[in-house]
Amino acid sequence: MAHDRDALITGIGIVSCLGSGADAHWAALNAFSPVLDTGTFAPLAVHPLAPLALDTQIPKRGDQRQMEAWQRMGVFAAGQALDSAGVKGNSEILSRMGMIVAAGGGERDYAVDAAILSGYPKAENPGAYLNEHLLGDLRPTLFLAQLSNLLAGNISVVHGVIGSSRTFMGEEASGADAVRIACARIAAGQGDIMLVGGSYNAQRPDVLLHYEMGGLLRRSPFDPVWARQESGGGMVLGSVGCFLVIESRTHAAARGASAYGHIAAIKTDRCRREPGQATANARAQFAAMEAHYDPAGAAVISGASGVAAPAEEENAFLASLALPVRTTATALGHSMEPSFPASLALAAMAIQHGSLFPPLEAAERIMTAPLTQALVTSWGHWRGESSALVTAA
Amino acid sequence: MTKDTDHLDRPIVVVTGMGVLTSLGQGQADNWKALTNGVSGIRRITRFPIEGLRTTIAGTVDFVSVPEPSAPALSQRLAELVIEEALAESGIGRVGDFPGPLFLALPPVEMEWTQRFGLAAASGANETVTYADLIRAAGTGKFEPWYRRFLFGSVGENLAVTFGTKGSPVATSTACASGGTAIQLGVEAIRRGETDAALVVGTDSSVNPESLIRFSLLSALSTRNDPPSSASRPFSKDREGFVMAEGAGALVLESLSSARARGAVVLGVVEGCGEVADGFHRTRSSPDGKPVIACMRAALADAGLEPEAVEYINAHGTGTPENDKMEWVGVSAVFGERAGSIPMSSNKSMIGHSLTAAGAVEAIFSVLTIRHGLLPPTINYDIPDPALPVDCVPNVARAARVKHAISNSFGFGGQNVCVVLGAAE
Repeated sequence: MAHDRDALITGIGIVSCLGSGADAHWAALNAFSPVLDTGTFAPLAVHPLAPLALDTQIPKRGDQRQMEAWQRMGVFAAGQALDSAGVKGNSEILSRMGMIVAAGGGERDYAVDAAILSGYPKAENPGAYLNEHLLGDLRPTLFLAQLSNLLAGNISVVHGVIGSSRTFMGEEASGADAVRIACARIAAGQGDIMLVGGSYNAQRPDVLLHYEMGGLLRRSPFDPVWARQESGGGMVLGSVGCFLVIESRTHAAARGASAYGHIAAIKTDRCRREPGQATANARAQFAAMEAHYDPAGAAVISGASGVAAPAEEENAFLASLALPVRTTATALGHSMEPSFPASLALAAMAIQHGSLFPPLEAAERIMTAPLTQALVTSWGHWRGESSALVTAA
Repeated sequence: MTKDTDHLDRPIVVVTGMGVLTSLGQGQADNWKALTNGVSGIRRITRFPIEGLRTTIAGTVDFVSVPEPSAPALSQRLAELVIEEALAESGIGRVGDFPGPLFLALPPVEMEWTQRFGLAAASGANETVTYADLIRAAGTGKFEPWYRRFLFGSVGENLAVTFGTKGSPVATSTACASGGTAIQLGVEAIRRGETDAALVVGTDSSVNPESLIRFSLLSALSTRNDPPSSASRPFSKDREGFVMAEGAGALVLESLSSARARGAVVLGVVEGCGEVADGFHRTRSSPDGKPVIACMRAALADAGLEPEAVEYINAHGTGTPENDKMEWVGVSAVFGERAGSIPMSSNKSMIGHSLTAAGAVEAIFSVLTIRHGLLPPTINYDIPDPALPVDCVPNVARAARVKHAISNSFGFGGQNVCVVLGAAE
């Protein structure tokens, strides 16, 4: 039943290896072929960001220069989401629009780092050497490209979203909590319209280094997420920027906005990942959504990262639902903070089209029935279990 | 308070436990004593070599140690200590079983030079070291603990495990407004009826060479290194920047009805929160002060108070030329003729700027100010700035009855948060 304070997705902005915008993604998902860069960081692979016409969303070159790649792709996707919702430049709405951004940190100056790493062991006074080179060689404005909240800050500067600005950190769970809290605020009347999402640049040696320390990155062959489980699993990271405009039904109706879909339910939780704990969280979340659930027209958009242990458990859980599954990381690569918003975006596009896109790999089965619901899962590669149910608006 | 709900029929949110740790010491008692005696916690940095640095001082917390030092490790430890104090005072829940969510203001997490140098050494590369070498060394599997330590989610996860908070822990960063944002998230969750209680924490221990130098390169820091205690000079004409500091604060927020039901002592009331972002510039505030003005007005409206009700302002008061000017512009617009006579002091004159933690730490000090009827001073106020005719409670604490106070937090990225705190009655 429709309620005034239902949370509707009225705008989608998304950039990834598959292109720029919801339409480009829908087309690419319906004629899927993987986009991988296996050369730059060999033996590792990444899903590289498609080229963006930056000027279309970040018209001032000065603004573009003030940002690093993770911010540019995020600010671009945010602008696209505002365009898609029809609120771009509407200062009355933007001045009271809330924003929750899920973010990690920004790029480093890799040349400066390499020079310091090379010189430090030979320096007579290593401490003084480090101080001297950081002071002398770091670009002062690089700091502003590194701070987690400066994606949100740049969205305020470039697009004028200023009602509120909060940045959540914490890999996959931060993206899911951003959406959950945005929906809760809308339901409670603590806001009418929100911009929620994040961005992730996977084409960075420092992030690859981080996950390589964890032993979590896939080596060739770079199979799809479920196929690669037969040979140890692992993650292939992908560059993704994704923002959603989430709005109360009343607010959308009052301005004549159409919606991609309705976030009928969203739950997030955590556990220590003892065997079975993540499944228990997922089952509890699913049980709490049952009032809205209709298996006849439902499919799953899975946020599985590819990491073996959680993938094995999630696979068993999904098998118990017996629904068709599509896995975001196979198409876009795994993108940490924006991975949940991106899965929601894919779900909302499919709901709006009334059909699920074709399987991305042999393990995923065809769905011929009209799609009316999508269960979006996000089990973090390390922690955090989240799910949402997207239904027709 | 005869009702459990506020002027908008929402649950009233109260504070039933607090824990605080700064460069002045550990715990409410030691901090309050030092703060009201005008003691500075700013000192020479001894944690790493300071040769060649323009700023050689900070409000470091040197009396807490962790086995493998890093910003997230020390931030987590400080958070544990303040949470323990807050839970003990509140008496809520059971050990390891806090009946509500965790909202954590946390500095951005990044691998540090110690780890980069460690990986470089392990890589065996001699002449030139690149990230490809570090990645090769990482592939040996010997550095797995660093992967977990430098995840953005691991501090929150570890605190959630230790204290048994419920649901997914939310770590937030809104730069120097983060502590205020965490309070706001907790207040909103209780008002929505999602929970009766929330654990709100701000923690920061970012004093390391690169963080210090990054702020230094933006010309944000005071370079008045001698004596260290003189460096933080909010509202003074000769102020020249802030002093980086470490610290943590934890608040147990609870609905008034829940606090009453379990007979808890109410320490203070979080009457309202306001937040407005500034799209003017990445580091500078709108010159007209509009976002800051709107932020304070939004907080007062949320609290259902007129400006006349405010009797104390816990200033953001960083001691940078621009912040203090902008904050005065905002305060004079919101409070009109009363602006210069409302006491408005800066805790940062003594504890320095605890960055991510500041909003939480200073909200706690605001509650203590109300409870004790004693206004902490702004120290180092030697040369008044004629452009800022503020009553900053110069140099010496002052007794005053305060029923309603506001605490401001502003940050890079156009972040502005204002929290209204009220007496428990």
